[in-house]
Amino acid sequence: MTGLEAHLPVLQVVVPMLVAPLVVLLHPRGLAWFAATVASAASFLLAVQMAGGVLAGQVYRYALGGWPAPYGIALEVDAFSVLLLLILTGASTLALAAGRASLDRQIELHRQPLFFAAWLLALAGMAGILVSADAFNIFVFMEISSLASYVLVAGGPDRRALPAVFKYLIMGTVGATFYLIGVGLIYMMTGTLNLADMELRIHEVADQRPILVAAGFITIGLALKAALFPLHVWLPNAYTYAPHAVSVFLAACATKVSLYILLRFDFVVFQGNLAGHDAQFAAFLMPLAVLAILVGSAVALFEVNIKRLLAYSSVAQIGYIVLGASLVSVPGLSAGLLHMFNHALSKGALFLAVMCLSTRVGDLNLQDLSGAARRMPWTLAALVVAGLSLIGVPGTAGFVSKWYLMTAALQEGLLGWVLVAVIVLGSLMAVAYVWRIVEAAWFKDAPAGDGADRPGEAPLGMLVLTWLAALSNVWFGLVTQVPRELATTAAAILLRHLP
Amino acid sequence: MEFLGLYHYWVFVVLLMIGFYAVVAKLNLIKKLIGLSIFQSAVFLLYITMSKVSGGTAPIFSEQVSGVLYSNPLPQVLILTAIVVGISTTALGLGIVVRIKEEYGSIEEHEIQEIDRQ
Repeated sequence: MTGLEAHLPVLQVVVPMLVAPLVVLLHPRGLAWFAATVASAASFLLAVQMAGGVLAGQVYRYALGGWPAPYGIALEVDAFSVLLLLILTGASTLALAAGRASLDRQIELHRQPLFFAAWLLALAGMAGILVSADAFNIFVFMEISSLASYVLVAGGPDRRALPAVFKYLIMGTVGATFYLIGVGLIYMMTGTLNLADMELRIHEVADQRPILVAAGFITIGLALKAALFPLHVWLPNAYTYAPHAVSVFLAACATKVSLYILLRFDFVVFQGNLAGHDAQFAAFLMPLAVLAILVGSAVALFEVNIKRLLAYSSVAQIGYIVLGASLVSVPGLSAGLLHMFNHALSKGALFLAVMCLSTRVGDLNLQDLSGAARRMPWTLAALVVAGLSLIGVPGTAGFVSKWYLMTAALQEGLLGWVLVAVIVLGSLMAVAYVWRIVEAAWFKDAPAGDGADRPGEAPLGMLVLTWLAALSNVWFGLVTQVPRELATTAAAILLRHLP
Repeated sequence: MEFLGLYHYWVFVVLLMIGFYAVVAKLNLIKKLIGLSIFQSAVFLLYITMSKVSGGTAPIFSEQVSGVLYSNPLPQVLILTAIVVGISTTALGLGIVVRIKEEYGSIEEHEIQEIDRQ
């Protein structure tokens, strides 16, 4: 590694974090948006560059300030980090690039520089979590990203966002503090904060109670941040009332970043050292994952606001991801990780389509959509493509990961059949709730005297990027090699301690 | 009395639960934030107490003095960061409460839910 390439992990954080304060100064119209989009796109290119390296078998390690691990703060980028980095930076770039018109309507001009600074800080914080290999450093980045996302969610014109973000703040802080308690207890017993060092040293004290307590605190705290059922109550309102572009960004990656830390801690640090950890992990998370799939999908069946409907669908999709992880096998975990990627594609595209709709339709309730397809056929066609991927129709990305998930579940014998039944039931409910949107938009007549709504399609740029996201669902449904290879490598890295 | 010998951990647990109770049970948003603050402070105390070495003094390094036992400075540095995070969270939370008061005219959770339902 020479020159710039050696610094790729830290640049992933430094680029958005340094551009954030500069953006605050850019007051002329559109300039702040432009700078933020460019910084986000640069992060995406860095992630792509690292993905290339990781696919070639490289692991990026970086000692911050030249202090060697375990004393200094170490950064490490492997297949798992890079998979999430691609999701994160891709979602951020797409949401920013497509969201300009929508953000112009929702955020007053004089507040835009501050808003975009918060956006970049959220991006920097989440990227920091993904590249860091230090437990306390992860906490700090987690709080940077959380504080910035509270600002983003509350930034819109809808006053209902404020109580929603308050709840998000309370629950997010409780989750992060639980994580901090867990890290403190581990530090107390091992004297280290470096994840790799922890993995080695925890062995000597693994049977002592503080370590078990720490495992509990860290798992619960991060499950809270990841909105795993029944700790998901902050999510639906926060996604629903956030500015539309923010919904695209957060729905695609926010909860997945928390799941990333959860999986890394549980599999890398605890799995090899705590007796029977895999059985406990499965026994705790599998029922929750099953409930998340069933309850999340069932609630989505009855929601009338499209954004709320999609938010509850997200609760269900987190269930699929955790279900894959709770199988504690390489095929199961890699299916779960692949579903992270594919769900980000489908949910991102769906929220992009909703953003397009919001430029022309006043309220985002199902009855307001009546006849919308006649006015905006392209938007709603994109919504249908992304919806098919969410359901898991063959030929789309969603099918690939659900297929692998079922194959992995079937290796578990009788229990596997039950899990397959749950997955199928969840997908059938997805058919129903996606159909409700399609039915309202395509098959209901517009109410009489509807001339008041502005006719015509969404702005062209927004529409093109929405279609790009929708078509990527088809592309990754047919050409699955890159995400699949990353997911499989990541699962093998995480489960290296499996007996 | 080993049970009471670990009294500083009891302080942590009791404070943690007082804070958590306020967060869960209080309907007033400011009281919730106060609870959250207590909840976080309890964790600060956990970190401070673990850094104490029996008989250890403040970790100020000097070349003239040797053979002195120091307390572990690292948790204190960590918690300095966590305190900053805690302050920012409380400040942002209070900012949101101000905005809620402006928009809804109330800072009681049930009243806000009532207004939203209409």
